[in-house]
Amino acid sequence: MDRMPAWADAVLVPLISLLLAAFLSALVIIAIGENPIDAFKLMVDGALMRSSGWGYTLYYATNFIFTGLAVAVAFHARMFNIGGEGQAMIGGLGVALVCLYIPWPHWSLALLGSCLGAAIFGAAWALIPAYLQARRGSHIVITTIMFNFIAAAFLNYVLVNLLRPVGAMDPATAKFPEATHLPTFQDMFSTAASPMFRGAPANVTFFLALLACLLVWLLIWRTRLGYEIRALGHSEPAARYAGINPVRTVIIAMLISGGLAGLMSVNTTQGEAERLILNSIEGAGFIGIAVALMGRNHPLGVLLAAMLFGFLYQGGAELALWTNIPRELIVVIQALVILFTGALDNMVRIPLERIFLAFRRGNS
Amino acid sequence: MTLMQKFLASAAAATLCAGAAVAEPALIFDLGGKFDKSFNEAAFAGAKRWADETGETFREIELQSEAQREQALRRFAENGNNPIVMTGFAFGNVLGEVAPDYPDTKFAIIDMVVDAPNVRSVVFNEHEGSYLVGMMAAMASESGTVGFIGGMDIPLIRKFACGYVQGVKAVNPDATVIQNMTGTTPAAWNDPVKGSELTKSQISQGADVVYAAAGGTGVGVLQTAADEGILSVGVDSNQNYLHPGKVLTSMLKRVDNAVYDAMTAGTDLETGINVMGVANGGIGYAMDDYNAELISEEMKAAADEAAAKISSGELTVHDYMSDNACPVE
Repeated sequence: MDRMPAWADAVLVPLISLLLAAFLSALVIIAIGENPIDAFKLMVDGALMRSSGWGYTLYYATNFIFTGLAVAVAFHARMFNIGGEGQAMIGGLGVALVCLYIPWPHWSLALLGSCLGAAIFGAAWALIPAYLQARRGSHIVITTIMFNFIAAAFLNYVLVNLLRPVGAMDPATAKFPEATHLPTFQDMFSTAASPMFRGAPANVTFFLALLACLLVWLLIWRTRLGYEIRALGHSEPAARYAGINPVRTVIIAMLISGGLAGLMSVNTTQGEAERLILNSIEGAGFIGIAVALMGRNHPLGVLLAAMLFGFLYQGGAELALWTNIPRELIVVIQALVILFTGALDNMVRIPLERIFLAFRRGNS
Repeated sequence: MTLMQKFLASAAAATLCAGAAVAEPALIFDLGGKFDKSFNEAAFAGAKRWADETGETFREIELQSEAQREQALRRFAENGNNPIVMTGFAFGNVLGEVAPDYPDTKFAIIDMVVDAPNVRSVVFNEHEGSYLVGMMAAMASESGTVGFIGGMDIPLIRKFACGYVQGVKAVNPDATVIQNMTGTTPAAWNDPVKGSELTKSQISQGADVVYAAAGGTGVGVLQTAADEGILSVGVDSNQNYLHPGKVLTSMLKRVDNAVYDAMTAGTDLETGINVMGVANGGIGYAMDDYNAELISEEMKAAADEAAAKISSGELTVHDYMSDNACPVE
C-alpha cells in the first residue's frame, strides 16, 4: 500500500497545516509589534472560555456548516458550486417572505416554514446554473459566481424598493413578528441563577445544522441518489454506462447544494437579525469552500472545520475589540489558515506521505 | 457579576494597552472602516481631537461583520465604557435592543434616530449641504452638465443626490445632472477603481463638475477628476486638500463635531434627538486655501444667501427620505 494511514490523512495533515498557519500568523503579529502569545490567549479566552463567546463561535459555525455542506454535496458530483453566497442571499429572501407574510402561531412552525422557504429559494437560485451546466455545458464556476452578483443586485432592488418600510434608511425589511423569533441559546440554557450565552446570537438553528450534517452523510453514503452523485463525480462515462442520467443527477445535486446554502439564512436572518438585511451573508458562502476543502467533503470534517472558522471569526472579533491589531491583519490571519488548510494541502501531505512510506519501508 | 469579573480579569491580563480607565468612552466604526477619508474618518478625527485636548484615551473597533454590532455594543457597555459612540444608521435596530439593557450607559448614534432614554441621536440635514454645493457646482460648470456619484444605492445617498439636483436646478434650470451609483452592495463604499471609471464615463458625457457621496469610493472620483482636469466636490470631511485647486469644495458634515461633543459631555451626555443642519453649523461647505481661487465672490454670495434662507426657514430643500421621492431629476 502506498498510502499513509487514514488517521494521519484526516488528523495529522490539517493539524500540521494549522500549526504552520499559526506560526506565520505569529510572525505577522510580531512584525506589527504585538505579542502573539497574548493575542492567541485573547482569542481563546474570548471565543472558548466564556459561554457568550461560545455563543458567537457556534453562531458563526452554524453558517459555515450549512455553506460547507452545500459545497461538499456539489463537490461529490465534481460540481464546484461557488455560488453559495448568492444562494444564501436569495434563501434569506425566502425566510423573510415566509416570516413577514404568514401569521405563524408558534416559532417551531415558523422555523419549519422558513426552512422550506430558504431551501426552496436557495435551490431555485442554483437551478439555473445547474441547468446551464447539465444541458449546455456552461461552466458551473462561471455561472454560479455570476449569479452571486445578480443575487446581490436583485436583493438590493427588492429591499430598497419593495420590502423596506417607508422612511427607513437601512435597506432592510421590517422586524419579523414576535411569534417567529427563534429561541437563542440564552433562552434555552440560562437559568435565573446563572445566565448563560448572554446576548450571543447562537440559536436553535445550530441543532438544525447538526441534523443537516447527519442527513447529508446519510444521503451521500447510504442512499441510491448519493451513490449516483458520487459515481457521476468519479467518472461521467462510467456513470452513464451504468444507467445514471447525468443531467438529472447534476441538477439534483445542485438543487440540494443550493438548498443547503439557502438554509444558512435561517440562522442569520430569522435567528440573529430577526429581519432581512442586505449583507447578512458576509462571505460565509466563500468560507464554505474552505470549510468543505478542509473537511474533505465529509460532514464530520465540515462540522469540525466550521467550528474552527467560527473560532477564528469570534477570536478575531476579540482581537479587534481589545488590541490595536487592525482588522485587515485579522483578515490576513484568517486567510493564512484558509491558505494552508485549503489551498496548500498538498504541501504538507506529500512530504508527510513520503515520511510514512520511508518509515514503513524501514520497518519491513 | 462573576462573568463580568472573570472578563475584566482576563482582559486586564491580556490587554495590550496598559491602564484602561473605567469611564473611557468608546467609538465604533461602521463596516466602511476607519480610514475612509470621509465619514468614519471624520468621526475618528473628532475623537482624536478630544483625546489630544484632554489627554484621555478611548476604545475603538472597526467592525468586520453584522453580528459584531451587538457584540461590540455589549462588550463595551459591560467593560464600563461610557459614552459609547457609533457611526452609521445600520446600528439603529441593534442599539434599540441593547440600550435598555444598560440604563447607566449613555449611547450616541450618528445618522439615525433611536428612541431610548439613554441614547443621543444625531442626524444631519445632508440635503441642505448638498443643495449648497449643487448651486456652486452649477455656477462653476461651463458645459451645463454636472455629475453625481453615489456610493451604495440606499435612501440616504439618494437624499444627497436629491438635494444636489435641487441646488443645481436652482441656479440653472436647464442643467443636466448625470447620476450614478457605484453599486448595490456595501463594497460600493470602498471601490475607488469603479468610482474612477464612473467619473470617466460622466466626463465623456460632458460633465465638468462631479460630486462624490461615496465614502472611500470618492477618493477615486476625486483623483480621476483631478487627472482629467475637471472639478470635483468632496463629501463629509473637508477633502479640498486631496487635490489642491482641483476640488471645488466639500460638503461638510461635521461628524467630527458630533463625536467630539459626545465625548466632551462624557457621562453627562444629553440624550434625545440632535438635528445638525446648516442652521447650527452641523452642515456646510468647505472654504480654505486650497479652493480659494476656484470659488468666485458671486458663488460664495449665492451659497451664503441660500444658507441664510435655509437657516431662517425661508427656503426648504426637499428631503428625499420624507417621502422616498425627488421632485426633480
